[in-house]
Amino acid sequence: MKKLALLVCLLLLLASFGGVAAQDEPLVVFGAFATPIEEPWDGVIHAALTKAQEDGLIDYSFQDEIGYSGDMEIVLREVADDLQPAIIFGDAFGNEEAVRRVARDYPEIAFVFGSGLGPSQPNLSVFDNWIHEPAYLSGMLAGSLTESNVIGVVGGYPVPEVNRIINAFVQGATEANPDAQVLVTFLNSWFDPAAAKEAALAQIDAGADVLFAERFGVIEAAQENGLLAFGNMSDQNELAPETVVTGPVWDMEPTVDFVINQVASGAYTGLDLKDFSMMGQGGASLAPYHSFEDTLDPDLVAMVSARQQEIVDGLFRVDINEEIPAEAVVPGEATIGG
Amino acid sequence: MEFIFTLLGATLRISTPILYGALGEMVVERAGILNLGIEGTMLLSAFGGFVAAQLSGSIYLGLATAIAIGILLSLLMGFLSITLGLNQHVCGLGITLLASGLALFLFRIIYGGESIPPALEESFPQLRLFSGTILEPVFSQYVFTYAAFLFVPLLAWLLYRTSFGLRLRSVGENPEAADTAGISVFRTRYVALIIGGALMGIGGAFLSLAQLGAFTHGIINGRGWVAIAIVIFGNWKPWRVLAGALLFGGLQALQLRLQAEGVQLPYEILLMLPYVLTIVAIAITGRNASYPAALLKPYRREG
Repeated sequence: MKKLALLVCLLLLLASFGGVAAQDEPLVVFGAFATPIEEPWDGVIHAALTKAQEDGLIDYSFQDEIGYSGDMEIVLREVADDLQPAIIFGDAFGNEEAVRRVARDYPEIAFVFGSGLGPSQPNLSVFDNWIHEPAYLSGMLAGSLTESNVIGVVGGYPVPEVNRIINAFVQGATEANPDAQVLVTFLNSWFDPAAAKEAALAQIDAGADVLFAERFGVIEAAQENGLLAFGNMSDQNELAPETVVTGPVWDMEPTVDFVINQVASGAYTGLDLKDFSMMGQGGASLAPYHSFEDTLDPDLVAMVSARQQEIVDGLFRVDINEEIPAEAVVPGEATIGG
Repeated sequence: MEFIFTLLGATLRISTPILYGALGEMVVERAGILNLGIEGTMLLSAFGGFVAAQLSGSIYLGLATAIAIGILLSLLMGFLSITLGLNQHVCGLGITLLASGLALFLFRIIYGGESIPPALEESFPQLRLFSGTILEPVFSQYVFTYAAFLFVPLLAWLLYRTSFGLRLRSVGENPEAADTAGISVFRTRYVALIIGGALMGIGGAFLSLAQLGAFTHGIINGRGWVAIAIVIFGNWKPWRVLAGALLFGGLQALQLRLQAEGVQLPYEILLMLPYVLTIVAIAITGRNASYPAALLKPYRREG
């Protein structure tokens, strides 16, 4: 009897020890990116995963520049078979079908991908850069700061993810300044800073005195002409401290933390993780004002802060409009395209 | 009226890197070598020049480095396609892939983990001529742009008025005859590659050291390929290459300005404009294209 009790105690101890050990062992996580991680979009995901790795939460490895010509499926299947990670993060834009096919075949792995489409049970979650709220706040600032009442916006492609950021910016700008006119130029390239700069210079020649740099290259044009600019995706003040007022910032940490917790606790299921990339959860924010802290009109800052608080408290919703910005199309086009 | 002058100014800026690339490619092709390494050469030059300028604090050292990288990659092209006599398409594309990969790899080692692209404290300034006059927007350009226009007559003179130019053209047209006449085909082709590589290097450096003063991996974004099309458009002649570069740059400048002016046209049409009209222009002029006769043919002595 005594022996049995001892054995039970020992087993319990072992079991609890084993339980603790399993919890402490970091989850194996893989990142699968179509672009180089230097590209800002995938860079944000990579940064959050790197941070989780540094915090000892995950055991992280990644492959980038997988491209859009079929390699995504090969990479995902190899990783799922050989590495057998608990979670695969990545971006599915341009690779939607491949990602979804592989996810179906490996239901025990959590697939968490940037996507313009919906989640899929049991294991595919989606996220996106839902930073329209800080874009709207940036627009409020831009509308108040412009003296010529002309604001320039240079974007990559008119895809929904870009459109809703630009539309929110325009909404903020025209709300703060009903006379403000917003010029929108698309480059049809994600990465051509020289063309972006030329587009911005063209807008400056057309009267714009405040610019929203959805893409890299625009801030240089504003700086050269002593004008103000707003960054995008990350805090870009460092590029031109006298030029960059603020801008929307995307942070994937809340999404990554949530998914890690869900998987670790066994509660994971395919979800649209949109909320974790918005202001309420800290996934979106307005970049710090840096030196503009001292020079911006305090009333303006107070107005923006009040609106920001309303957004965080759930009292104000920024419209999500994914149509091509009105300025960039012929009248009537929106109804055809929409 | 002001619109015209700012448009002209933008045309000159946008044409500059393409003109350097196209002039470099033209010299190389006139000697009988198609250098498809141009896209990668311009990228690695832009990157190397940027890194050198940032580390040394000297934009001139940056420019020198960009030129040196352009020459080195062209020498590699020469070793593969002239000395070893390998297929020029394959060698050129290989060099572009190598240089692009190398630029990204080194970028990650040096600047990895930064969320914004690295920028220079000081980049090449603009040289403003005719300040205060209506011509100011046209002549507010980087030194690179003014220099590019000087290279056009210089290369025309080199190709058509010097004995070196005659040798260069003859190895591109009929290397056997040139060899018989005592001209070293290999050496002449190598020299052409060196000149071409240096020009491509300057074109890359213009973007990273002058126009942007920053580096990101998409900085060339197909300008090398456009340059190759411009060479065909220009029928391998310096002045016509200049015209091609200005046409492409002008249409690009026009479409960006029409978008900014809020012209009510679908933006896709505006974006297509430079490419469509360039294709049309090539279709018209390309009918009389006179390729250097020995283009793409590695030279080997008989017997």
